[in-house]
Amino acid sequence: MTATANATDAPLLELRGVSKRFGAVEALTDVDFELRAGEVVGLVGDNGAGKSTLVKVMSGIHSADAGEYRFAGESQHVAAPSDATALGVATVYQDLALCDNLDVVANLFVGREEIVGGPAGLAHELDEAGMEKQAAELLKTLTVTIPSLRAEVGLMSGGQRQSIAIARSLIGEAKVVLLDEPTAALGVAQTKQVLDLIKRLREQGLGVVVISHNLADVFEVVDRIFVLRLGRRAGVYEIGETSREEIVAVITGAEFGEDDGREPDAQERAR
Amino acid sequence: MSTTAATPQPGSPRAVVEDERRGGRFDVLGRVAQGELGSIRVVIALIVIWAIFTIANSNFLTATNLVNLSLQIAATGTISVGVVLVLLLGEIDLSVAIVSGLCAAIMAVLNVNHGWAAIPAIAAGVGAGAAIGLFQGSVVTRFGIPSFVVTLAGLIGWQGVLLWVLGSTGTVNITDPTIVDLAGEFFSGAGAWILAAVVVAGFAAATLNARRRRRAAGLEAASPQVVALRIVAVAVVTFGVVAVLDQDRGVPLALVILLAFVILFDYVVRRTRFGRHILAVGGSAEAARRAGIRVTRIRVLVFVLASTMAACGGILAASRLLAVNQSSGGSDLLLLAIAGPVIAGTSLFGGRGTVWSALLGGLIIGSISNGMDLLALSSSVKFMVTGAVLLAAVVVDAAARQRRQRAGRV
Repeated sequence: MTATANATDAPLLELRGVSKRFGAVEALTDVDFELRAGEVVGLVGDNGAGKSTLVKVMSGIHSADAGEYRFAGESQHVAAPSDATALGVATVYQDLALCDNLDVVANLFVGREEIVGGPAGLAHELDEAGMEKQAAELLKTLTVTIPSLRAEVGLMSGGQRQSIAIARSLIGEAKVVLLDEPTAALGVAQTKQVLDLIKRLREQGLGVVVISHNLADVFEVVDRIFVLRLGRRAGVYEIGETSREEIVAVITGAEFGEDDGREPDAQERAR
Repeated sequence: MSTTAATPQPGSPRAVVEDERRGGRFDVLGRVAQGELGSIRVVIALIVIWAIFTIANSNFLTATNLVNLSLQIAATGTISVGVVLVLLLGEIDLSVAIVSGLCAAIMAVLNVNHGWAAIPAIAAGVGAGAAIGLFQGSVVTRFGIPSFVVTLAGLIGWQGVLLWVLGSTGTVNITDPTIVDLAGEFFSGAGAWILAAVVVAGFAAATLNARRRRRAAGLEAASPQVVALRIVAVAVVTFGVVAVLDQDRGVPLALVILLAFVILFDYVVRRTRFGRHILAVGGSAEAARRAGIRVTRIRVLVFVLASTMAACGGILAASRLLAVNQSSGGSDLLLLAIAGPVIAGTSLFGGRGTVWSALLGGLIIGSISNGMDLLALSSSVKFMVTGAVLLAAVVVDAAARQRRQRAGRV
């Protein structure tokens, strides 16, 4: 069975009963998470709710103390970022991790540069033409507009930089993209640019996880919202069947009282 | 659910306008920052300096003096090639000058006092440089100490080793013809012209090959006129230099060695994966690490290369001086070797610069020094002028960096 065969229903990336503790702090408790291909899931929660920890488990930076990591229907051992990358899970961190001094093509391929064939390949000569061609095609598919593929990334706007960082995650045949606060510190027009890009990732059939504090952005782009509260799954909501007020209530815990942690999903269904 | 949200909008009108406005700025500002116009700026500075000294002293722009100038810059320029690599990484190596002296001393002592043949002695000197670089690079990366401090310790420590290697006499005179010829041999007549033809043909082949690759990939390539213009420009400069130097003793082998190193490392930095990784680490070590680049390995290798190039420069200097003594690698050599690339636009902050800045910067500093010597100015004036030029260059670098930071933040 291939990933595409079950793209509509079976989850592409799935976490089952994941817990993670740092000393005395229980960052995640028995969290279930699922993401399908061609779907954008928003991951929201208050500061300290465990969003970052959950994403770090998905990207392989942290390995969970308990629970199962499933990808394309199969249980996986993900203990390092390279394991997640090998599966096709790419992460775009908030700081973007771009090299400002390099041009767009160099940034897209940094760490996985392509080498020319023939004798020059022995010196590891870069296949600049080949990389530039692929970069142009990729950015065209994503409708990312930048002044020049050969311009320094450091000179570009925040939206363009974010777009480049996201596009880079697709160079290595990614199936899932994790985006950490992609619209933080962006202006109105640039936020729109990035949200449009996220929609195009969905059209390409990728699974996308967006962590964001900005509920307006979340509501514009995601299909489902996954709320974390105090390290537990506080609920999952289809975007058409919920409101911003309801999400805020779940994030802050106003709806379920102080020490609720049993089965929010069950309560949600009961309503 | 994926069908409902399909709204590919190629940017709102406002975003497009903004992009265009920014695009305009890229053409001018971006190119200056990227060094394309930066190199032109340096060439203009060089022309101005040469014009001033030619007016002040008619001997400046003679073949004899230009041969002297190229001999004067060969050793420092070779050391600067290694300095450029370290600067691109965002590090510094303060030990290069003294390492150049030490490695030359090792070569000289083995050759003169222990009877080693020239080639093994030279290889031992260069190998000692590599070992020193491996040691310093390992300390920097293993303990996370700033390279400034580690190489400062090296600057003092290797000075001590240099004195110990030279022994009680403190001077070793070099007579071995092979070593002496490094700075004493000249290409003149047919040899020089063939050399120039090889350089131009190599450049033309590389340029045409790059253009062919871009066209094969279906990318926009430079027009034939532009390519022809570039090749003609390089040919004019190369044959021009040969024509001038050939009126005197010819093209010094030392200059050819320096040029060969510059071309080699320019290729490594701009065209190979290793060079790309150096630039990536220099731009953002954290980004490079996350992209899977083995940052520690790159750092150590660059320190090895820097010390190795320092050794090569030291051997050239010893060959020209015909001796190694206690002041080899001392005096202002360190400052000149670092100041050269910085004056010619290699950033002290890492990630930006070209290997050619080693040659161009060496030419600028060498010309100022040579010109002031011709005018018989005192050392006091020479130091003040060189210092002022260096300060001006660093200010330009820092100002460019501030502009970039403002441009990058929107």
